[in-house]
Amino acid sequence: MSLTSNDIQRLAQLSRLHFDAPASERLRDQLNDFFKVVEQMRAVDTRDVVPMAHPIDAMRHFSSHDPSASEGMHLRLRDDVVSENNQRETNQRSAPAVERGLFLVPKVIE
Amino acid sequence: MSDQSLHHLSLVQLRAHLASQQISATEVAHHFLQRAQADTHHAFLAFHEEATLAQAAAAQQRLDAGDSSPLLGLPIAHKDIFVTRDFPTTAGSRILENYRSPFDATVVQRLADAGMVTIGKLSCDEFAMGSANENIAVPSAKPEAVTNPWDVSRIPGGSSGGSAAAVAARLVPAATGTDTGGSIRQPAAFCGITGIKPTYGRASRYGMVAFASSLDQAGPMARSAEDCALLLSALCGPDPDRDSTSLNVATEDFSRLLQAPQGDQPLATAGKDGGALKIGMPKEFFGDGLAADVRAALDAALKQLEQLGAHVVPIQLPRTELSIPVYYIIAPAEASSNLSRFDGVKFGHRAKDFTDLADMYQKTRSEGFGSEVKRRIMIGSYVLSHGYYDAYYLQAQKIRRMIADDFQTAFEHCDVIAGPVAPTVAWKLGDKSNNPLANYLADIFTLPASLAGLPGMSLPVGLGEAGLPVGMQLIGNYLTEAQLLNVAHQFQLHTPHHLKTPGGVA
Repeated sequence: MSLTSNDIQRLAQLSRLHFDAPASERLRDQLNDFFKVVEQMRAVDTRDVVPMAHPIDAMRHFSSHDPSASEGMHLRLRDDVVSENNQRETNQRSAPAVERGLFLVPKVIE
Repeated sequence: MSDQSLHHLSLVQLRAHLASQQISATEVAHHFLQRAQADTHHAFLAFHEEATLAQAAAAQQRLDAGDSSPLLGLPIAHKDIFVTRDFPTTAGSRILENYRSPFDATVVQRLADAGMVTIGKLSCDEFAMGSANENIAVPSAKPEAVTNPWDVSRIPGGSSGGSAAAVAARLVPAATGTDTGGSIRQPAAFCGITGIKPTYGRASRYGMVAFASSLDQAGPMARSAEDCALLLSALCGPDPDRDSTSLNVATEDFSRLLQAPQGDQPLATAGKDGGALKIGMPKEFFGDGLAADVRAALDAALKQLEQLGAHVVPIQLPRTELSIPVYYIIAPAEASSNLSRFDGVKFGHRAKDFTDLADMYQKTRSEGFGSEVKRRIMIGSYVLSHGYYDAYYLQAQKIRRMIADDFQTAFEHCDVIAGPVAPTVAWKLGDKSNNPLANYLADIFTLPASLAGLPGMSLPVGLGEAGLPVGMQLIGNYLTEAQLLNVAHQFQLHTPHHLKTPGGVA
């Protein structure tokens, strides 16, 4: 199975990117080369393997013999309280278009 | 103290000169600013002399007051992936043209609190995506590839190529880097310096421009393990309110083991329960793909470590080759999501002409991102899309678990793992720039530890083909950075490789 020019167009659309015809063809060939290397993954038997989204998950497992070490190893949420000062002007300093403290975008409602 | 030789001193030596008042922090800052501004390797992207000198003056005041902090008054430069208030931040990308961060990255802040003086910002591959520092699209009129101080026709490695080149050319004694799939270790190896990527979560990612959030990790690059230990102690630490992935483990003194038993066989007692240090040699790291010159330098280094009392034992990391597709699916998947924030609305570049909002997004991103970044976004969009998610992304995450488990099996037989950082020495500029796959394949030895989240470091172990540096990679189990640094330090106490200076660097 390999990617076609249509696939590239669809992925570009999803990615909010544009490629002209030569760039699109080059990209298609490069991605197809890459996915040949990816093919070897298919042969791996991964039944009963829990997907690892994050290394901290693996670390917890590793340190399970040492409860004091595993204590600090988890993804946490902080309390839902305001902790930052309002810095609207500083934060908008690098915005391409701002008016009265609002980010400007092209008209989206006719 | 003659000014001429300041840049050949280590951080520890420079600090001693500051303590004995042979030189002031301001004089040190001037010296390195001058060298960095005369840089011919294109390592630096930005300076702000006034800010640098103000930091130096503040450091001198602390020195005058008797403050003995080990990094106080010492110069450093930051990879341009860390946001900084005093300097522009581009992540090597046009899309962050003219961006000024309203805050400092936690790592930058921690090193500033330790009294370090920022000399400038360093070039890197765009959004840290690359292994040669050739993927640069910085807003300067003429973006130039960073060159390797050992041979200017060669790449410095990447993505922290500016950091490695600047330290190797003695433009700064230390730099920050980031490592997602090898971006500290590989350029450190190619430029003959020492660098360490700590355990994932040791250093805060707050203010590090995100590439692949489950892999990105900051670390120091300097000339010796001793210097790296000081830097790592300052830059690591929990950041509970700002990075939910930062480990809540206490700040550590990573230099604490360096004083360990001196004498002829310091590693004879450096292993588990005071026994000999066991160094695992994964057979998959020493196969046909490894260049003969790199192999020879590593063999000599392993022999040296045995002379220091270590035992080398054979181990296996059977899924080493699979780490390439696994990494190049997971990292682009995370990147395609992270980089969706660059849309021309809140910061950075915006296209000039567009018809509507969707067109503005598309034109802005197409103009702003370079080709490697676009390629990875496209791979990410594909592997996350409906119908392909299970076959690619989920399967990659499952093999990632198996790779992490393989390491735990290996660590039942050894204390640290040693191997090459890269299959060859630094290649010629342009050699692989039109062949993304060739770049990906060269990352084979650094990707496994990244996927598992393990600490890894690179230290110089000699010269290979064309007199170019060879690095040895040391990988430790989670949170064993102090041990890794001690092994490297003992090696450096008995060998001269880390002291070699590229020809032409006076």
